Amino acid sequence: MTAPAGDAGAGLPRWAFVPAAVGGLFVVLPLVAMATRVDWSGYWSLVTSASARAALALSLQTSAASTAVCLVLGIPMALVLARCRFPGIDLLRSLVMVPLVLPPVVGGVALLYTFGRRGLLGETLEVAGLQVAFSTTAVVLAQTFVALPFLVMTLEGALRTAGSRYDVVAASLGARPTTVLRRVTLPLVGPGLVSGTVLSFARALGEFGATITFAGSLEGVTRTLPLEIYLQRETDPDAAVALSLLLVVVAVLVIAVTRQGRPARSPL
Amino acid sequence: MRVRSRGRLLAGPLAVTVAVLAGCSGTDARDGDDTTLTVFAAASLQGAFERLADRFEDEHEGVTVELSLAGSSDLAAQIQQGAPADVFASADTPTMARLVADGLVGTPADFATNTLQIAVPPGNPAGVETLDDLAAPDVALVLCAPQVPCGAASTKVADAAGLDLAPVSEEQSVTDVLGKVVAGEADAGLVYVTDVAAAGDDVEGIDLPGPPDAVNTYPIATVGDDGDARADLAQRFVDLVLSDEGQETLAGFGFAAPDASP
Repeated sequence: MTAPAGDAGAGLPRWAFVPAAVGGLFVVLPLVAMATRVDWSGYWSLVTSASARAALALSLQTSAASTAVCLVLGIPMALVLARCRFPGIDLLRSLVMVPLVLPPVVGGVALLYTFGRRGLLGETLEVAGLQVAFSTTAVVLAQTFVALPFLVMTLEGALRTAGSRYDVVAASLGARPTTVLRRVTLPLVGPGLVSGTVLSFARALGEFGATITFAGSLEGVTRTLPLEIYLQRETDPDAAVALSLLLVVVAVLVIAVTRQGRPARSPL
Repeated sequence: MRVRSRGRLLAGPLAVTVAVLAGCSGTDARDGDDTTLTVFAAASLQGAFERLADRFEDEHEGVTVELSLAGSSDLAAQIQQGAPADVFASADTPTMARLVADGLVGTPADFATNTLQIAVPPGNPAGVETLDDLAAPDVALVLCAPQVPCGAASTKVADAAGLDLAPVSEEQSVTDVLGKVVAGEADAGLVYVTDVAAAGDDVEGIDLPGPPDAVNTYPIATVGDDGDARADLAQRFVDLVLSDEGQETLAGFGFAAPDASP
């Protein structure tokens, strides 16, 4: 879509366009079908109801928070996985990716047994005065759990592609490790870092299963937009469709805004 | 549990599709006389309907009963979108009424009722004894959201007792409420009597005071017009549920007879 007009399709076998078009339709058609079901006359009042606004605000706040946690933890994780060699690192890499293949509900159950009141760390946390159960913190934990692999995976790939030649040169010129990381390594993988950040934000925004299993559902506290949509389906399908479209718009906006600031040729 | 029921949801329509296709193309399909009866039933009916389905298969050779278990409103939405169900058993009357209004089901018959009970984790850590205790600020209470049938029933109970309940979470389904209580995350929750019975030792049940005023009535009906043979088979399944034997099975899982409802 963003390829320069001059080389559109250059060197591609023609047959490739057919499955590509089918694939595109497969993604776009359900969104169009949903848009046709929207009750446009009442759309604005549906998406600006108190519960919808509370859910959207909570979704944006928690997704931003969990993306921040993903960055703080995920960048060092990707660096270790891409640059270090020690026994068991392959196993470690596989384990880090587990949340990708785990059904989110299972992730929620696992988090419950870790941070829940009767969980592995629950009692310790409770003694420390931290009550995770049914709190917004629980939502952020659930989102971080499912979104972290997206950041780590994307960034690790970018680090491997970039290689460590420039890092070595910078170090040989006397730059200290932290300076190399800040001035050379991370700028080189900038596009990958942005992609990873967008992916984890989008994943956090769409998180449902782990949240409803682990955090519960209460307006303004734990009921994010996906949970609100699922609940509205029970009584008001029109509101559910309207909110679904809102979620799609927010997701597209986030991707569009972040793509704009980057060179067109970088791979997402 | 939700994951499993999703699998079943797919399996039901798929099996019917396969059966229909086989019926269209096969010349030898008549010899086997294999028919699949698809029953859409509220999730709370799982245990009872699994047993009744086995019974029905024993009585009708060559008939397979596919149970599709999920929340009543999910199932109703699927039927409205053309899902191939033969029988629908709902956990509340408003959901069934929607399908009746759309002309998608036959005349429903009430076959069971269910009441709420307080569920607490084993050992009752918060010392909940009465309905009033649920309003205490240090009790982590979990309810169904008012939008779903069990939540509407919970609201009725609280209103009748003049209680202002402040749950820490309003869950999507009664299964989610029970899950939070079983895990010990919640100190108490309001769920159906049948859920407490099905959970066994994982939770303790505390009866609500007075006569059960928050009663859910379960209606059952045949779906669509499948032609004589299938409609007849669907009706026979409905008859089994309404029969003494069906009622006995349901009672074994904690359901009350429909006469108990006002």
